[in-house]
Formats: sequence, structure tokens, C-alpha cells
Amino acid sequence: MLAFIIRRLLQSMIVMFFVAMVAFLMFNYVGDPVHQMVGIDTSFKDREVLRESLGLNDPVPLQFVRFITNAAKFEFGISYQHKRSVTGLFKERLPATLELSFVAAFLSLVVGVPMGVYAGIKPDGWLSKIFMTFSLVGVSLPTFLIGILLIYIFAVTLGWLPSYGRGDVVNWGWWSTGITTWSGLKALIMPAITLGLFQLTLIMRLVRSEMLEVLRTDYIKFARARGLSDRAIYFGHALKNTLVPVITITGLQIGSIIAFAIITETVFQWPGMGLLFLQAIHNVDIPIMAAYLMLVAFFFVVINLIVDILYYVVDPRLRLDLGKANGA
Amino acid sequence: MNKPLLSVENLRIEFPTRRGTLVAVDDISFTIDPGEILGVVGESGAGKSLTGQSIIGLLEPPGRIASGSIKLNDRRLDNLPYAQMKKIRGKEIGMIFQDPLTSLNPLYTIGRQLTETIQTHTDMTGKQAKKHAISLLEEVGIPAAAKRIDHYPYQFSGGMRQRVVIALALCVNPKLIIADEPTTALDVSIQAQIITLLKKLCADHGTAVILITHDMGVIAETADRVAVMYAGRLVEIGKVRQVVKEATHPYTKGLMSAIPSLTHRMEELTQIDGTMPRLSDIPKGCSFHPRCPECMDVCKEKQPELIDIGPTQVACWSYHDRQI
Amino acid sequence: MKKSSQSMLDTNKTNRFIGALKRFFDGDIFYSYRRSPVTIIASILTILILVSAVGAPLIAPQNPFDMGSLDLMDSHIPPAWEEGGDDRFLLGTDDQGRDLLSTILYGSRISLLVGFSSVVFALILGVGLGLLSGYVGGTLDAVIMRIAEVQISFPAILIALLVDGVLRTMIPEADTEHLAISVLIFSIGISGWVQYARTVRSSTMVEKNKEYVLAARVIGIRPGLIMLRHILPNVMGPVLVIGTIHLAVAIVTEATLSFLGVGVPVTQPSLGTLIRIGNDFLFSGEWWITIFPAITLAVLVLSVNLLGDWLRDALNPKLR
Repeated sequence: MLAFIIRRLLQSMIVMFFVAMVAFLMFNYVGDPVHQMVGIDTSFKDREVLRESLGLNDPVPLQFVRFITNAAKFEFGISYQHKRSVTGLFKERLPATLELSFVAAFLSLVVGVPMGVYAGIKPDGWLSKIFMTFSLVGVSLPTFLIGILLIYIFAVTLGWLPSYGRGDVVNWGWWSTGITTWSGLKALIMPAITLGLFQLTLIMRLVRSEMLEVLRTDYIKFARARGLSDRAIYFGHALKNTLVPVITITGLQIGSIIAFAIITETVFQWPGMGLLFLQAIHNVDIPIMAAYLMLVAFFFVVINLIVDILYYVVDPRLRLDLGKANGA
Repeated sequence: MNKPLLSVENLRIEFPTRRGTLVAVDDISFTIDPGEILGVVGESGAGKSLTGQSIIGLLEPPGRIASGSIKLNDRRLDNLPYAQMKKIRGKEIGMIFQDPLTSLNPLYTIGRQLTETIQTHTDMTGKQAKKHAISLLEEVGIPAAAKRIDHYPYQFSGGMRQRVVIALALCVNPKLIIADEPTTALDVSIQAQIITLLKKLCADHGTAVILITHDMGVIAETADRVAVMYAGRLVEIGKVRQVVKEATHPYTKGLMSAIPSLTHRMEELTQIDGTMPRLSDIPKGCSFHPRCPECMDVCKEKQPELIDIGPTQVACWSYHDRQI
Repeated sequence: MKKSSQSMLDTNKTNRFIGALKRFFDGDIFYSYRRSPVTIIASILTILILVSAVGAPLIAPQNPFDMGSLDLMDSHIPPAWEEGGDDRFLLGTDDQGRDLLSTILYGSRISLLVGFSSVVFALILGVGLGLLSGYVGGTLDAVIMRIAEVQISFPAILIALLVDGVLRTMIPEADTEHLAISVLIFSIGISGWVQYARTVRSSTMVEKNKEYVLAARVIGIRPGLIMLRHILPNVMGPVLVIGTIHLAVAIVTEATLSFLGVGVPVTQPSLGTLIRIGNDFLFSGEWWITIFPAITLAVLVLSVNLLGDWLRDALNPKLR
């Protein structure tokens, strides 16, 4: 188990290293950092002083090492556009994005899995057909379109929900949350649905096809032949066997929720990291882009690690294979 | 004479497809007495497995019972509602599948799968069920059963897994077991062990068995009676000794001469030329006639009925004058 | 003599073609097509949008890029059937007085152009790398697959957004206009090659050990030729399915990037751009500027997805 986690950690480090390299290259070669930081009237000499003080004249490998060391401490310097420390900006924006992402992920799982199970058990039922049609629409409608449609219906036409922002937030230390206030909750509904819908439909379709697959296996036939109850067959035997692929995809999907948050945050002007990142792209604010990239990569790596450990919990066969591999 | 445990009458199983309805099992009838072992032989696609599946009510759609009846102790099974059929499965009729590697849920210990089945059909507490499970495992010959009960299927060999499967099928003493090719997926050396075990257990528990296989040798050793199927029809049914000694239907004769024998050396194993027709183009008349060495004109025109000729029942025009 | 053998060859060819057609129409694929009314509707809609997009200059009532034909007096006109509508503008006009139907036709042209080009780019890149990776193996395979692994752990849309964002900053401002679409195609393409590469790689590894490839190698056919002539045709089925589904994804990605303002330039608006422009007017009740492009986009993507779904099921009956 330990060796397995260490191996996984090493793989994660490789991914992070790759991403750091991309971020570093962006930092150094996209535009001129000095040019971005100073005004037009700064003299050539002052620029050279700044260049020297930033270490931009050092050898590239040294710069890279410095970049990685700073990245490990999550220090990416000063935002060109906001003239503030990138770390501070992210600290402010992180809670908004994480809160939105978790609510959306929770929503997509809690609704998606049961829908998928039902559609898998009764593939010809009329409700399953409705679910499948709904899922196809959910997969096909771009996220931003769903957001716009929701805004048009619930904010513009009906006026029930706010069309932008987080509503009132409460601060717990540096963390801010909107789920404890009424206006914060109301503001969360539409963005969470927008962000979660795509994942929900994917999870539903996946669970359904896995259920269909598992229900055809011999051990399910044998379980039926032993006269087990439907509940035991579907939820005890079948669902557990669908878990491994479902956990994989769900893990990846939850990762992509954080990325898709860029779109949702733009549509709803949600003050999170995604919005910050998009503005950074528009303004070529490289420190923010690099920091975002590293942070998202970090989230992905952590999620993948959790997924791998969950596998291990679900499937006893993996324990054996790993035990063998380690014992050798 | 005893009343039969199970009686199948004029069973017909159909598969509707886009190119018309296929008849996979056509008008077969047989009975099985309590404690009796009935072997069912035939090539793949002859309808053996479908017959077994239809008895336990697990025919997979779109396959369906088109006509006929299946009675267990005079109770009709073929039109029983789903909920009631579930109470029969496992409790009164057990089933053993071909591949022990895939018959067990890989994610649960064998103990959990046993106790779950026991508790579904009895009022035993968890503890009692576990005790019963251990004694069953011992009965099927799993060494150190008390310890092995907490192991997962992947920790057992193929033969051991099939023993677990047998324990599962027998765990609440069903009156009938349908064993669908129970040894086909196993090593030859293990096959005999499993068959002997199955035979012994069923004798001990008084369980009747429908043993489905394409291996005439297994039937000859194990079964009391044998039913031979060809292209969805029953061509011959009778006492094993009689059929082995003196097969009547040309197809059965062909099967018998294809068994290698140790006792009397034959010059050469014979084989039946040709292959079984596909369900979509079963020939007119007797479905075996294109391959039959004794084919007559009438065979190409009319289908022979299964008739009683004394020692066995056979569906062949050659014996029509001998009908009793 | 020679002539007659030639014509015989021709009739032979025609016969074979007719035979193939007959087999196709009698085959399971066409059967499953005929049996699925949803698929038939989806293909009709796709073809309809495709044809009207390609033929936009011929059917559109107005050329929205021709500044001369625009009149600001015509701006913000609702659809013809609404109060205040104008018969000249069936679906109404936007803030610059452009006929919405025309902008949608021209917009879907851009959307489809970017979508198809990105798919073709990703397909060529992915299939090429997959073939190489699977056929050559060794270090090359390891490197390609590591890169694929790192990339696949990020959502495609994020990669496209990033590549697009970085590349935009690197091109000189003067070229932005005409390079923007190429940059976009490149970004979306590069974000989608992994799936092709992985699929093709695994089938190549299976195919390369089959007798026909071994035979080809024994008689000394060059590796490149073996890959293209012998292996490629045998791995194209799944590639076709991925391509269709990828087309839907590419169209959505393009629309999303354009909606976020980092896609196609405003002078050549795609459906995504139109939706972004219209979004600003949603609150003032001018819903048509957003909703019509949105419906077009949704119908297009849904139809392509349906076709992809059907194709996957039809080519792989096991999954049904």
C-alpha cells in the first residue's frame, strides 16, 4: 500500500514538473516581464536594474530552480494588472471557486448516480428514456448556454434569483462562504446547476452503461439463480462492481469542474479564480496565468491520488496484485 | 411409480429477430423424478442451456417461452409472477454455471455470498448462517473452511471456486439443480473430481440434477437417464445404460461412436459429417436428415414425432413401425 | 482485346460497387439507421445546417460583413412575428442593424469551419502519433504516451484556452485579425489529439502482430507504407466514431472560447460570438439576439452528438 502510494506520488510529481516547466516557459518567454511591470517612461537603466533584481539575467536553469522553489511556496510575484501579490489575490478568490465546485460536484453525484442506476436497471422504462434524452441535451448544451438560459428564465423573466455575484458572504478567518446566508445560497443555485449539469449527465450515462454491462455478467446471473432480492442484486452486487470505473471518471470530472468553473464564473460574474484567470488571459497577466495553472494541476494531482486510493478500498483484487508486486 | 418432480411439456422457446422468429427449442417434453440425474447432451446451440434457463425462469430477453408448460410438483413455473419465481430460485431450484471464474462476485468474500443466500431463504441469524456456510464449505471439500470463508474468490483456484459455486447452489437444499456445463471450463484433471462431488452431494441430499453438457463421457458416468437434443428438438431420451449400449437415433449413434473408450479398442473414432444447421435455416422434415447416414425420403418431408419404442423414446422415421 | 478486358474490369468494378451498396443497404448499419427515427432527424438537421452554412452567401438575405448594407436605423428590431417586427428581418436584427438570420448563417459557417478543421488537425496528429507509437514502440512510444498522460489529466477546454491565450500574446497585433482563426483551430486541435492517439496506438499494437502485417514486413514493404496501407484502414472504425463525437466537442469548445472573448475576432463572428454579443442585451429584453444563435448552436451540437452516438452503437454492437 505504501509503495503504491509512493509510486503514485512520484507520477504526480512528474505531472507537476511538466506543468511547472510550461508555466516557467510562459513566464520567461511570453512577452517581457520587465516591460509588463514598468511604465513607458521608465529609463533603460532602471529597466536593467529591475531585470537584474528579478534575477532575469541569471542562467536559465537557476531561474527554473528558483521558480520551482517559489512555486512550492505558492509565490508567483506581483500581478501585472492588479499590482498586488498573486498569492493574496488567489487567497481571496479560492473560497468562491471551491465552494461552487464542491456544491456542483455534490449535486452531480447525488442526482447523477441514482438516475444512472435506475436507467441501467430499467433500460426500456419510459422514465429511463426521459433521463437519456435529458442527458443527451445536457451533454450537448454548452455550459455557457445553460447559464444564459437559466439567467434568462429565473433572473430576467421570473426575477427569482440573482443573475450575478455571490450574494452576502460571511468570513471565517481568510475563508469566505456564502452558504450560511440566504442571499448567498440564492446566488449559488444557478451557478451550481450550470456547472454541475454537464458532469451530472456524464456520470448518469456512465453509471447506466456500467450497470448494463455488469448486469450481463455471470455472477449477476448466478445471484439471480440463487433467488437473491432485487435490492441485493442491484445495490449490493451490481452497483459495487460499477464503482471502479465510476470513481475514475467521477474523479476526473470533479477535476474538470474546477476548470469548467472558468466558464460558469464568467457567465455569472462569480468572483472566483476562473474569472481572475480569464481576465489574466485578456490582459496577458502571466503571473496569474502561471499560478492558476500550477494550482489547478495541484488539485488534479490530489484528486487523482484520492481516486487511486479509493480503488484500493473498493477492489480486493488490487490489494492482491499490489501485494504481489511489493512482495517481489 | 413415483410422481415426477419436474415435468416439461411441449416447451417451445422463440427468439424474435429482425429477420423473423427463430425457434430455439421446439416442442420438447420430458420429466425428472426426485433424486434422479438427467443428462442433457447436444452440440452448442442445440437448445440445452436455454431449456435449463427457462426452467429456472432466467431466459434472457428477447428469448421467451412461446408455448408449453413447466411444472415443479404440479405447480406451473412458466407463468409464475416474477416475485414468486424469485422464491423458487435458489430455494427449490438451484443452478450452477459453466465458468466458476466469473460466477462469483469478485468484490465480496465467499462467506458473505453464502450467508447472503442462506439468509435470503431462511430465518437464520447471521451467526447461524455463517456456521451453516462453514459446514457447507467443508462438505464440498474446501480445506480449512473456517478460515477460507473470509477469502475473496480470486484467492481460490478454478476447481475450488466451482466447489464454492456448488456449495452456493446447494446451500438451502433445493430439490433440483440445473448444472449447465459445470466442468467445461475446468482442467480435465479437476473435472472428474467435481462431477464425483456433485453426484455424491446430490445423492446425500436427495437432489435431482439436470446435467447439461456436450460431453457424452460425463453423462455416461453420472446420469441415470439421458436426453439428446439436436437443433432445438429432443431426438432421443432413455436410460443411460440403454442409450450407451444400444443407441437408436442415428445422431445418438454418431455421438456414441465419438466417445473414446479404454475398454474395447475401436479402430477409429468416427465423426458425424457436417454441422448442425443454424436456427435460421433448419431444413424441412427431420432436421438431422442432411447429415443422416440412414436418411429416407420421408425424412426430407415430415418431421418425426418422439415415440416410445420400449427401451427408449426416439424421434426417427426408422423406428416408426416399432412404436408401442 | 485489351479494350474489352478494360471494359470488363469496369463492369466488374461497377458490379462490385453495386454489390457493396446493396450490402450496405441490407447490412446492420443501415438497418439500425432506418430503425432510429431520431438518427434520421439528426442527420437531416446536420445536413440542413451544413448546406445552409456552406451556401450562406447564396441564401442569406444580407451580407452582414458588408458595412454598406447596414443601417443603424434597423438596429434592435424584434423578429418579424413580434410587435414592431419587420418583414425584411425574419429573426430580427442586432445592435448594429445586422439581419440576425444572415449573421446566424454566416456564423455557423465559421463555427463549422473551425470545428471541422480542428477535428481534421487533431485526427491527423493523433492518428499519426498513435500509429508511430504503436508500431515503433520503445522510447518514442514512452515519450508520446507520457505527454498524452499529462495532457489527458487536464480537461481539453482548459488546454485549448491556455494554448490559445498564450499564442495570442505571441503574435503581433497587426496579424491578430487573420491569424486568430488559425490559432483557434490549432488550440482546439492540439487539445483533442490524445484520444485518437491512444485508440490508434492500442489497435496498432494488436494489428502489427497479425499475419498480414508480418507477411508485408517479410516481403520488404517499408514501415511507413505498412502503417498507412495496411494498419490504418483496419483501425479507422473507432477513429471515425471519435471524430464524430469530437466534432461536437470542437464546435462547443470554439463557441465557448468565442463566448469568453478569446476565440474568433468580432469581425468574423461565430455562433459563440453572436451569443456573447447578444448576452449583453438579454437584460433589456432583446432576447432574440441571443436565443436564435443559441438554438442553432444547440441543435447543431445535439444532432452531431446523436449521429456520433448512433455510429458508435452501430459499429460496435457489443456495447448496445
